[in-house]
Amino acid sequence: MSSSDSKFDVRHIAHLARIELTDAETAKFQSQISEVLAHVAQLQSVDVTGVEPTAHTYPIFNVFRDDNPRDWFTPEKALGNAPHQANQLFVVPKVLE
Amino acid sequence: MITSLSVAELQKRLRSREVSPVEVIKSLAERIETVDPQIQGYLSWSLDQALAEAEKADVSLPLGGVPIAIKDVISVEGQPNTCGSKFLKNYRAPYSATVIHKLRAAGAIPFGRCNMDEFAMGSSTENSAYQITRNPWDTTRIPGGSSGGSAAVVAADEAFAALGSDTGGSIRQPAALCGCVGLKPTYGRVSRFGLTAFASSLDQIGPFSKTVEDSALLLNVLSGLDPLDSTSLDEKVPDHTAFLGHDLKGVRLGLPKEYFVDGMNPQVEKAVRDAAAHYETLGAEVVEVSLPNTRHAVGVYYIISTAEASANLARFDGIRYGHRAKGTAGLIEHYLKTRAEGFGPEVKRRIILGTYVLSSGYHDAYYVRAQKVRTLIRRDFTDAFENVAAIICPTSPTPAFKIGERVDDPLSMYLADIFTIAANLAGIPGISIPCGFAEEDGKKLPIGLQLLGRSFDEPNLLKIAHAYEQSTEWHKAKPLEA
Repeated sequence: MSSSDSKFDVRHIAHLARIELTDAETAKFQSQISEVLAHVAQLQSVDVTGVEPTAHTYPIFNVFRDDNPRDWFTPEKALGNAPHQANQLFVVPKVLE
Repeated sequence: MITSLSVAELQKRLRSREVSPVEVIKSLAERIETVDPQIQGYLSWSLDQALAEAEKADVSLPLGGVPIAIKDVISVEGQPNTCGSKFLKNYRAPYSATVIHKLRAAGAIPFGRCNMDEFAMGSSTENSAYQITRNPWDTTRIPGGSSGGSAAVVAADEAFAALGSDTGGSIRQPAALCGCVGLKPTYGRVSRFGLTAFASSLDQIGPFSKTVEDSALLLNVLSGLDPLDSTSLDEKVPDHTAFLGHDLKGVRLGLPKEYFVDGMNPQVEKAVRDAAAHYETLGAEVVEVSLPNTRHAVGVYYIISTAEASANLARFDGIRYGHRAKGTAGLIEHYLKTRAEGFGPEVKRRIILGTYVLSSGYHDAYYVRAQKVRTLIRRDFTDAFENVAAIICPTSPTPAFKIGERVDDPLSMYLADIFTIAANLAGIPGISIPCGFAEEDGKKLPIGLQLLGRSFDEPNLLKIAHAYEQSTEWHKAKPLEA
């Protein structure tokens, strides 16, 4: 992880994130995100030997509830915002060729 | 004018029947019609629904008949919840957030949807896909962000109070820049069920208000355990108003030396140092404290928050709700085009950055390391709070900047949150209150004083904030004519 971070390839990462970029976006984001990565590179100089990571600021771990059925959405309500639906189902693009 | 009242003042008039809840909603709608064309703080409002709720309002309840504006990221069943994004342009919330149920149970009326940076990512509200909200003190300037709409409508007396969300300063920074009170509660104090998630280990819902007392009134209603949010905590909810009006004798406050940085606006620095001196006249003792890892907060934040955002925003797939690209061939192209069309540039940048720091080979170097430095930032606060009851510092290094000034410079925009981010990383509560004005181009621009406290010590934080507010006049100034 150098300060210029030459390994960051915005086009590859955008594809992993499932966002198509225009050529203009590719060039702009490559330089803008590289600048942010150069800024966060300062963290490499911090001594974190023996330090536990913080994922959550309060010491709670698993939270359980009783497994009781309760009223929730009707199918109509669950589908109310679907861009494409039929027969009380979400319609998805073809997954298998 | 009714709309210039605080929540507490409004309650008195409602309970004495000087004004009815319906008249209040009508006055507010009139104010919005008059003022909002220049401020652009609201994305939408449903007058009919608010009037119907006002007809039935019970003014004896804690917030009976009080309208509350809602950031457009907190769901109210049947209303829009755009999150400032084109992705959710036609979305209608199928359920209400827990905070909305709590407000309604206390008699309040959710009224109006406030503009925001898309998915709460930003510090100026310029990342909204819909409109540019203007700072009521100078309409050529930004109101702060991401809850810029909530701050602007409270400052412009288009709302008595509002809800916002704060992931890295999104309540406190716009409150400071618009001259109102903004409170980010302790992580776990307020349920996030029904808040569209940005960064789940940092997000908190909190109130914008005209006074500290109103902030306490709202916190009383919003707080508490919620079985629907497993990160909400089962801590007793005190009556926060009971802590107001006490003197500060023997209270020790910390002034962190690292929060007075190079490049800080001198007018901001002077206002905050004057506020510290004022606290001494109120009987408090002010001592220097050190938060040495603060300088890493922005870096840690932009790794952790973007990593969490990249996971949270994976739900925007164009299948179950929201935008869906037309005419795509196959699933991958469907995702690529749907997300390219639905998200704005800042959201794309952050999802990409977050995906990168979590990607194979970089996860340990970026994400895990950032979580470790986060531990050090938390420890700084734990150590400081051994000696002081609260920390006082600037909320923002500068007053409101000009619209367009930082739009194409993400890093400079990120540094706008330099003083607010650490509280989210540490999970502690913070409040911003007005502490003076800077003068730029002949315009008065509000300056915010930030107070940070121990986890779940909102009572002391509000007590200390209230003592300052009640002995100064800053919060009484109004940007617009009544």
